[in-house]
Amino acid sequence: MSGAFTKSMARNIFYGGTVFFFLLFLALSFDTHSQLPKRDMRANITPQIAEGKKLWEVNNCIGCHTLMGEGAYFAPELGNVVVRYGDEGTKAFIQARPKDGIPGRRSMPQFNFTDEQLDAIVAFLKHVNSINDANWPPNDQG
Amino acid sequence: MQFKSQAVAKPYFIAAIGLFVGQILFGLILGLQYVLGDFLFPAIPFNVARMVHTNLLIVWLLFGFMGGAYYMIPEESETELFSPKLALALFWIFLVAGALTIVGYLAVPYATLAELTGNNLLETMGREFLEQPLPTKLGIVVVALGFLFNLTLTVLKGKKTSISLVLLLGLWGLAVFFLFSFYNPVNVVLDKFFWWWTVHLWVEGVWELILGSFLAFVLIKTTGVDREVIEKWLYVIVTLTLITGIIGTGHHYFWIGTPEYWQWWGSIFSALEPIPFFAMTVFAFNMVNRRRREHPNKAAVLWALGTGVMAFLGAGVWGFLHTLAPVNYYTHGTQITAAHGHMAFYGAYAMVNLMMISYAMPILRGRAANSNKSQVLEMWSFWLMTVAMVFITLFLTAAGILQVWLQRASDTPLPFMVAQEKIALFYWMREWAGVAFLVGLVIYILSFFVGGQEEKAA
Repeated sequence: MSGAFTKSMARNIFYGGTVFFFLLFLALSFDTHSQLPKRDMRANITPQIAEGKKLWEVNNCIGCHTLMGEGAYFAPELGNVVVRYGDEGTKAFIQARPKDGIPGRRSMPQFNFTDEQLDAIVAFLKHVNSINDANWPPNDQG
Repeated sequence: MQFKSQAVAKPYFIAAIGLFVGQILFGLILGLQYVLGDFLFPAIPFNVARMVHTNLLIVWLLFGFMGGAYYMIPEESETELFSPKLALALFWIFLVAGALTIVGYLAVPYATLAELTGNNLLETMGREFLEQPLPTKLGIVVVALGFLFNLTLTVLKGKKTSISLVLLLGLWGLAVFFLFSFYNPVNVVLDKFFWWWTVHLWVEGVWELILGSFLAFVLIKTTGVDREVIEKWLYVIVTLTLITGIIGTGHHYFWIGTPEYWQWWGSIFSALEPIPFFAMTVFAFNMVNRRRREHPNKAAVLWALGTGVMAFLGAGVWGFLHTLAPVNYYTHGTQITAAHGHMAFYGAYAMVNLMMISYAMPILRGRAANSNKSQVLEMWSFWLMTVAMVFITLFLTAAGILQVWLQRASDTPLPFMVAQEKIALFYWMREWAGVAFLVGLVIYILSFFVGGQEEKAA
């Protein structure tokens, strides 16, 4: 870097550039928020779906699974699990996990959910599946 | 050391290294669970081990950042730290809160922990990397504020260098963007949208300011190159970081319900994110080549060069590999992501902390540099850990490419678990590379205990 380009010029570009791009980011975020209601299906969120999201969180499902591709990569994507297994199949799978796992294989813990809790979890997963996420994942396998 | 209060950095560095060891041990458990699915099940399920692995990473990096800042700021400001007592008190608060959190993860089911720690008052738990119970999150805020208060007053009463200002900006940004971890709306798209304001704006934003200023500080000290030159470089690097990284957040907004235009914004800006890392590498090599003195601490210089190169490879190149939306459509949430995450965190943030520790620790122990014997050992650990991480990344990348092909791109896509079994060989190789990493880490720790007697005085 030559002498013509001074430290104070670099500093001014830093402050100016940061402020400009942060404001641009805020503007894009603002626009996103005006478009989201059509995409995130918020009008359909029921107390049951909210309960399902809470169960999703307090059991740390994201610690093994992905949801819309985000999370851990140890177990399958669940944003579209209702497409693969159906509502009843999903519930049956969760219910049937052996307490001590399956010898030699990855297994999901047995969470001892009640029927209401299972309904809430599936309602939440169905809601996630209904979100317009630009057609991701590429196929039903997630 | 020039100022007595710099000594508060020492416990921070020791804690950072201790937690780093814990992180790696849990990493090995996770790697084994990938291939022996029932390993430690149900005592330590994968999700718990992963939470410990990632949370220990975050906490040890924060300890490192704090230690580095406490060491650097008095020297930059040419004045004693505003309150060394506060710094020590916050150290113990943070260590105890961190340890209790990890014990909580391991001792009780996560749902019970949530129940016990008041998650019902404000639901913030159960989101990746932000799994900490509410009291821990509040503790982080208290510690961060106390730390920033202490540092800011130190800078205000002393000399204000560009390196200090960039560091303070990075650290204040860290604290401010952490506040989004308290926002968890029931609308999952909004939840994910703002979750990234903590996660992305940390690691691809403000943390890079911390990285840049640590690197600049150590380069000034070890090369003797003129401060004006180094600070000019620092401003250029952090400018490139933020003008690419802020809009670069868009690469997380491709498939989570946000509008499609993010595929353009995110792809274009995040494709530019390697540039600041490349600049950092050029910067480090350039300054070392133009050095005006031979600093006796060769190991610290090696870490400084290493962090530039590995951050460029891990964050820059491996990030670019899967950041363009048409590619990411297939790679999103696969082992490709894991490969990138491992090398990026090691190259950028683990290594910059190890650089700072390498530079500062001998001085804190009363010598300019460690003995030759100790430095040779440290350099061995540098190469072992770094090469091991390269292999971890390559094996995960291979696993990821196969996973994408088998599960997503082929004409007959396989179910997730079937694909996982077919790529198990690469998980085994990753695990062995992980063992090599642990060996490197053990040697690193040994380097602190050998050849201590034959030092030159500081």
